[in-house]
Amino acid sequence: MKQYTNIIAAYAIMILLIIMVGILQSWSIALSILNYCLISAVMTMGANIQWGYAGLINFGIMGYTALGGLAVVLVSVAPVPEAWEAGGFNMIICLLIIVTIVFSIKYISKKIQSSKKKNFSIAGIIILGLILLRFVSGPAIESIEAVDPAKTGFLGGLGMPILFSWIIGGLFAAGVAFVIGKIALGLRADYLAIATLLIAEIIVSIIKHEDWLARGVKNVIGLKRPVPYEIDLQNTPWFIELVEKFNKGKLSIINSMTERQDTLNQLIIEASSVYVKLCMAGLFLSVVIVLLILTQKALYSPWGRKMRAIRDNEIAASAMGKNVVKEHLLIFILGSAIVGIAGAMMVTNDGLFTPGSYRPMRYTFVIWVMVIVGGTGNNFGSILGGFVVWFLWVEAAPIALFLINLFTSHLPETNALKIHLIESAPYFRFLMIGIGLLIIMRYRPQGILPEKIIKQ
Amino acid sequence: MDILNAIIVLLNYTIIPALSYGSQLALGAIFVTLVYGVLRFANFATGDMMSFGTMVAVLFTYYFQSIGINFGILPTALLTIPFAILIMILYMLTIDKFVFSYYRIKKSPPVQLAMVSVGVMFVTQAIIRIIIGPFDRRFLDGEKFILKAIEFKEMTGLSEGLTIKSTQLITIVVTIIVVSIMFWFLNKTKTGTSMRAYSDNEDLALLSGIDPKKVVMITWMIAGVLATVGGVLYGLDKSYKPFVYFNNMLPIFAAAIVGGIGNPFGAFLGGYVIAFAEILITYAYKRFFTYLLPENLEPDSLLQLLSTDYKFAVSFSILVIVLLFRPSGIFKGKTL
Repeated sequence: MKQYTNIIAAYAIMILLIIMVGILQSWSIALSILNYCLISAVMTMGANIQWGYAGLINFGIMGYTALGGLAVVLVSVAPVPEAWEAGGFNMIICLLIIVTIVFSIKYISKKIQSSKKKNFSIAGIIILGLILLRFVSGPAIESIEAVDPAKTGFLGGLGMPILFSWIIGGLFAAGVAFVIGKIALGLRADYLAIATLLIAEIIVSIIKHEDWLARGVKNVIGLKRPVPYEIDLQNTPWFIELVEKFNKGKLSIINSMTERQDTLNQLIIEASSVYVKLCMAGLFLSVVIVLLILTQKALYSPWGRKMRAIRDNEIAASAMGKNVVKEHLLIFILGSAIVGIAGAMMVTNDGLFTPGSYRPMRYTFVIWVMVIVGGTGNNFGSILGGFVVWFLWVEAAPIALFLINLFTSHLPETNALKIHLIESAPYFRFLMIGIGLLIIMRYRPQGILPEKIIKQ
Repeated sequence: MDILNAIIVLLNYTIIPALSYGSQLALGAIFVTLVYGVLRFANFATGDMMSFGTMVAVLFTYYFQSIGINFGILPTALLTIPFAILIMILYMLTIDKFVFSYYRIKKSPPVQLAMVSVGVMFVTQAIIRIIIGPFDRRFLDGEKFILKAIEFKEMTGLSEGLTIKSTQLITIVVTIIVVSIMFWFLNKTKTGTSMRAYSDNEDLALLSGIDPKKVVMITWMIAGVLATVGGVLYGLDKSYKPFVYFNNMLPIFAAAIVGGIGNPFGAFLGGYVIAFAEILITYAYKRFFTYLLPENLEPDSLLQLLSTDYKFAVSFSILVIVLLFRPSGIFKGKTL
């Protein structure tokens, strides 16, 4: 039991902090922080599988998050028949061409032995394929994007339920991770970090600029939701009754009938948003719990021990007959898939897909800070890291504002320094995260909740 | 005549911009490579350190302008570079003392140092945004153009104009000066040789009596010069915006790796490789071919290999290709 006290204490403090936000600011804010904390926790679990279990640095988290988001659009949005009519056939041919290119490259790399000949023929095929692709896709893309560009201008999705897209998001990320892993996993640790970061940038720039796919920087808004809408809730009798029941004391004080109705309406609006966020939180929490159980099981299974052996001494592990390359690829795919799921969850939570917002700062480096701060190799730690860092990231501005006001309280309101500092309060979040990371790296490099090895 | 016109089009829209952009990348890439070669980690704070140096130069420029000092037809920012370099070096040495030196002495793995540099990146970014804010700033003054398109047309009678911005020429000239001084220092002076020895084999260098503290200090000083000069030149040419500098870190990394990380000369050329690739691949060649081809063969489309949106993606793809086929870079990396 004693070994769990740390974990319980850390989580209790975290939950207390969120409850405090609920009391001090509002419950709606507290719940949206909680939701994002849960999403971040899933992302950190993905990164932690790669870094904590296997020692692979993956700075490409941003790319997989974006792919997860893309999956939501492609799965849940209703298809646009006009666009399909205009250019769907050509796009399908393009897909076939890409598949042919991939298979012919595979065939060549198997058949031709001389490395020079192989490289040249692969390069030739790629260039030929690209020219062919452009030739086929060019007019089709133009006509697709011309279909009602203010609203659609893209092929649309499959019109399936949005929850299904979480799985597809994971699969998307896994598929791309397979390709990237094949390319980059042979590299040394810091090369791998740079390579994955840059490849993620390529992925994001493709999503950003291929408007026929998911409208690019024009964004897709009004995605479906797995939970009820606020407006519907506000008109549902059972929900109104529920709110009335909860606030009986408050309502009974008010005498005037109209005033009472107004207060009730106000309460219903607030409660509906809280209710929706609670539903989301429930969904996210169940994902986190399922993943936690799976990753914990994996960590303490023979497979987990093998991964740790590879992480701690690659040469010894391969001498023992473990296939290091294969295991690295597997874990790279698994971790990326989890990040993809998180990306899909995030877009579902927001209800919109904004490719322009995928930036390495927010989706790679902050996630990495979460992993390092929480505790590498410990799933409870990485979830906690997601909570703590996201909480800081959101609440840094109010905290900074409070501190600035405290320290400059003797200065007059018109003081230039004070005004400047108050204006730049949002940027203190970078300072807090950075200093937090530096302190953790220096004094507790294993993280808040360090890795635990259970000896059997 | 048409051939001349075609050449001018190419010069004006691809070669000159690529040369100046490449110089800016090259300075950054040498900075990355030096830190990687001597201090042995990938510095993720590169872009923000360059941004910090530029910020100081911008502030000094504003100050100089307010007290009425200027540099004639040249931008005032050039005058402020020495001051900016001093503050930049001071900042780097402070960070090294409080952050990096601990891990260096402990001989931490490079990955840990890279992670620490991410922390430094956050802090630097915060400092910059708190001091100067995230907005776009132009600090170019003095003469804007050396050669205007109209003047060129009048001079030569060609139908295509050639524009040379003063910042482009300044960038190229300053880069040549800084880089040649640096190579002279690395190859001819005793301190430079000791730095190369340290980067080549740390233990052997220590045995032969090279002072690691001095090597590290000199490295940060050179790095400070490169970061500030590179940053200011980029800022003069385009404009100063902290977020853009952070993003520039990525092509700079690509340039350093393409050239062979740890190899300053490789990084220098790598910068131009990346810049030329980015611009040549995303340039629309329609006008170029209109001049060259006979009239009935004139192209209808833009003749653009990739849209300019994919500028960054091009450099990253080159990096991926290089990593696949020659992981040590075009010029063998990892010796200084």
